[in-house]
Amino acid sequence: MIEAIVFYFFAAVLIGASFAVITVKNPVHAALFLVLAFFSASGLWLLLEAEFLAIVLVLVYVGAVMVLFLFVVMMLDINIARLREGIWAWLPFGALLAIVMVIEMWIVLGSERFGLAGTIAPEGHPAGYSNTKELGMLLYTHYVYPFEIAAVILLVAIVSAIALTMRRRKDTKSQDASAQLAARREERVRMVSMPSGRK
Amino acid sequence: MAYFQDLFGDAWPLVWTLVKIVVIVMPILGAVAYLTYFERKVIGYIQVRIGPNRVGPIGLLQPIADAVKILLKEIIIPSGANKFLFVAAPVLAIAPALVAWAVVPFSPELVLSNIDASLLFILAVTSMGVYGVIVAGWASNSKYAFLGAIRSSAQIVSYEIAMGFALVGVLMVAHSLNLGQIVKGQTGSGFWSWYFVPLFPLFLVYLISGVAETNRAPFDVAEGETEIVAGFHVEYSGMTFSVFYLAEYANMILVSALCSLMFLGGWLPPFNFAPFTWIPGFLWLLLKIAFILFLFLWFRATFPRYRYDQIMRLGWKVFIPVTLVWIVVIGAWMQTPFWLW
Amino acid sequence: MKWLKDFFRTFLLVELVQGMVLTGRYLFARKITVQFPEEKTPQSNRFRGLHALRRYANGEERCIACKLCEAVCPALAITIESEQREDGTRRTTRYDIDLSKCIFCGFCEESCPVDSIVETRIFEYHAEKRSELLYTKQMLLAIGDKNEAQIAADRAQDARYR
Repeated sequence: MIEAIVFYFFAAVLIGASFAVITVKNPVHAALFLVLAFFSASGLWLLLEAEFLAIVLVLVYVGAVMVLFLFVVMMLDINIARLREGIWAWLPFGALLAIVMVIEMWIVLGSERFGLAGTIAPEGHPAGYSNTKELGMLLYTHYVYPFEIAAVILLVAIVSAIALTMRRRKDTKSQDASAQLAARREERVRMVSMPSGRK
Repeated sequence: MAYFQDLFGDAWPLVWTLVKIVVIVMPILGAVAYLTYFERKVIGYIQVRIGPNRVGPIGLLQPIADAVKILLKEIIIPSGANKFLFVAAPVLAIAPALVAWAVVPFSPELVLSNIDASLLFILAVTSMGVYGVIVAGWASNSKYAFLGAIRSSAQIVSYEIAMGFALVGVLMVAHSLNLGQIVKGQTGSGFWSWYFVPLFPLFLVYLISGVAETNRAPFDVAEGETEIVAGFHVEYSGMTFSVFYLAEYANMILVSALCSLMFLGGWLPPFNFAPFTWIPGFLWLLLKIAFILFLFLWFRATFPRYRYDQIMRLGWKVFIPVTLVWIVVIGAWMQTPFWLW
Repeated sequence: MKWLKDFFRTFLLVELVQGMVLTGRYLFARKITVQFPEEKTPQSNRFRGLHALRRYANGEERCIACKLCEAVCPALAITIESEQREDGTRRTTRYDIDLSKCIFCGFCEESCPVDSIVETRIFEYHAEKRSELLYTKQMLLAIGDKNEAQIAADRAQDARYR
């Protein structure tokens, strides 16, 4: 009973927020609605006893990715009037694309394959069951190569992003912090004993 | 108890949980109020002053006087501000700081929700705190607030990585994501079986990142009074401002609590013989939290503010490599017979 | 070797701990706060506080309306109007000091040839309106009458340095 209420609440918020993401005019609002959508989705995942995935969704997407997203979006100066230009010209094309996508999804996820009748509800887990542990076991034994390859690909992406944007300028006046830290008083200060000028 | 159970019927579990939440949150808010008093007193003493001493005996009623004053103040919403987000931002800031307490164990039994992934939960929830800052800065429609928000969120996001890595070390050693289990793993002969001994670099990194996460001095560029007035909450006044203030202090208490749970043995006494074992575990935890909070205040009274690029350098070029190296060291060390924890 | 020493100095935060030890010592140092309404710091006899106009012992006001103070006042805080009295002496009809302008430099006192305008030790005065900070001749004379003993003692103490 309570589970159903919670489910429908999160589901309603999720759908409402996702709809708002693509309809609101202000991009910052859209990004914040996306945060809300992620959050509701993680609530739904918690209901499915996928607590690791739910928490990681919040941690990675809400806590990090969307922050950077908001960062970029906040600094944009978007002219809404110009964006709305030509919406009528593109509308038929967009509508066609949407309809094709709906039909495709209906074919793939239709009731013959994914309907409620065909699927067996998974059993509830015993009290000591740890989602995190199971996932870790699977990820580091059965799927260890795909996992490592994914990690390497991500690493390559990071390195290449840095390599692409880094440029060394000769005339830059940036400080070398480690050189500054390594400096000691004894190397820089010389105590001089001077006779007083006035007698 | 049975009487109330009958009274509420099916709603009893909800009511009972609510009661427990109130029992946890009220003392925290009280502690936040008195932490402000404590901070003014400690910093005053370090600066050879005596701090607040007018309201009540030795100024003990000062936080209450401040609260009454701030409640009576007007809430000014700047023209051009986004009203809804402007008012929502303080709530976004304080909610994570209070929600995280749901999984903090105060003693082996005393915990609101003993979930398995409590460490992850805390990481996820505290990472939400940055939204209060960003939204406040953006919704204020002000240059200084925006600059403060950008500085602060970049800082929080970068230090979260180092903090997360430090926690990875802890969970490797404890074999568990459950905070209660982590504390139990530190049971032993005394304080040298606590995790801060093998994880000393991670402990330092966590402590310093905690200071940076909560935007406290010397990492308070988000507020940077001398540069950007007050940072992201420059446009806030009255109650909305004080909620930000509460959030900052609640976060401080949270970081201290986590630090004492994960590195300083939580409710365990430092020695396993007579006078120390008489003191109940709950009190030990409070003492440890108070000690780390005192460190926070001590830092503020001692160190000048970091420059922004130095903050970023410390976060990315020092802390992350240090934690990564130490995780590898710990991983190797745990495979040898010299591992004693 | 030096490299190793520096490495540990940096990573064990030695310098930070040294700084904290210093501030930690001050935590227990004697506090120097003066609890103001109950305790007061000693004042010099040259203290420059609220102004006063003095009288001679026979009750005649000292000021002869020479307007030197008005001329020397860097903040233009003094306004003087004068007339000739029936006995032929020149006296002020108006002597206003705007304390919201006054910078308490003491030039008026220095310039006064008859030691009429002086600055007293009074500093705990206030006003709730700006207009209340405009002190008139009557108010200044009243202050002088009330504090003549202290004013005279302070001037006597300072006399040998002038």
